[in-house]
Amino acid sequence: MHTSPAASTEHNPALRHHFASVEQQKNSASLGMWLFLVTEIMFFGGMFCAYLIYRLAHFNDFAAASSSLNIWLGAGNTVVLLLSSLTVVLAVNSAQRGKRKLLVFYLVATIVLGVTFLGVKAKEYHDKYVEHHIPGADFNFKEEHTAGHDELPPVNQQHAQMFFSLYFVMTGMHAIHMIIGVGLFAGLAVMAWKGRYDENYNTPVENAGLYWHFVDVVWIYLFPLLYLISRHH
Amino acid sequence: MSEHEHSIGFYVLILVALLILTGVTVFAARVNLHAWNPVVALAIASLKAVLVVLFFMHVKGASEKMTKVVIFSGIFFLLLLLTLTMADYGTRLWT
Repeated sequence: MHTSPAASTEHNPALRHHFASVEQQKNSASLGMWLFLVTEIMFFGGMFCAYLIYRLAHFNDFAAASSSLNIWLGAGNTVVLLLSSLTVVLAVNSAQRGKRKLLVFYLVATIVLGVTFLGVKAKEYHDKYVEHHIPGADFNFKEEHTAGHDELPPVNQQHAQMFFSLYFVMTGMHAIHMIIGVGLFAGLAVMAWKGRYDENYNTPVENAGLYWHFVDVVWIYLFPLLYLISRHH
Repeated sequence: MSEHEHSIGFYVLILVALLILTGVTVFAARVNLHAWNPVVALAIASLKAVLVVLFFMHVKGASEKMTKVVIFSGIFFLLLLLTLTMADYGTRLWT
């Protein structure tokens, strides 16, 4: 918008011929990424909507099933993801300032944090497998987590299974997004090491950053909704 | 460009705010606030989401108005989906 055309941008090798200026090119790429993220909002939104319907219908069973999740692993993973959002924003910042080695460092740090998140998630899934909390023929929700609360009615196995179905679908889709994100960042780190990104051209880093932050925001909602139902008992 | 570039210290400050809010949400969940527990949890989550979107995703200070229109339309349709569904299921038992 407020960059002078011609002279200043004419020789920028990153500027494609169908854009008037580098800024317009950047804004277009960002707008396209946001349009994709809006489709992702609606994708996850459908699952959140299904979750809310069943949570309202079977609140006590959902609360009992939710209590079997490890709150500290969930909170720890939230911290890991928030830290990774910082490394992403610092990676974008480094790319914009043309700091190649710093950019590679923050990209690799993001990958390490992303893999840490997935490792903790795998441990949580394994715990659920051992406890027979995976929906299916072997599903068996024992009420040890609600023991000592005789005022509560017994947990309905089908409703508890519904909670875990939603838990695995929602965290599973989130984990797939994380795996894709780690793959994207691995690609970016290789290209950054080769010096592809500098002050003039860093759109892939910025857009991958937007994707990573979006996946972070999804987890920000997943954590309280799945782990923190009625924890005051 | 410079208007939506922040210093490293500023980003660390946002991260600290996000970590404190995570602690608050875990603490608030363990206190019995009756019907207010989910409200508080979602309010804190939304505050965290706003911090990430505005400052980490650089929506605050982004020069392109069209991007903001796209984001608001996304949030609008998500809320439309959730509120109309809840208005249906939430009132089915009313006599």
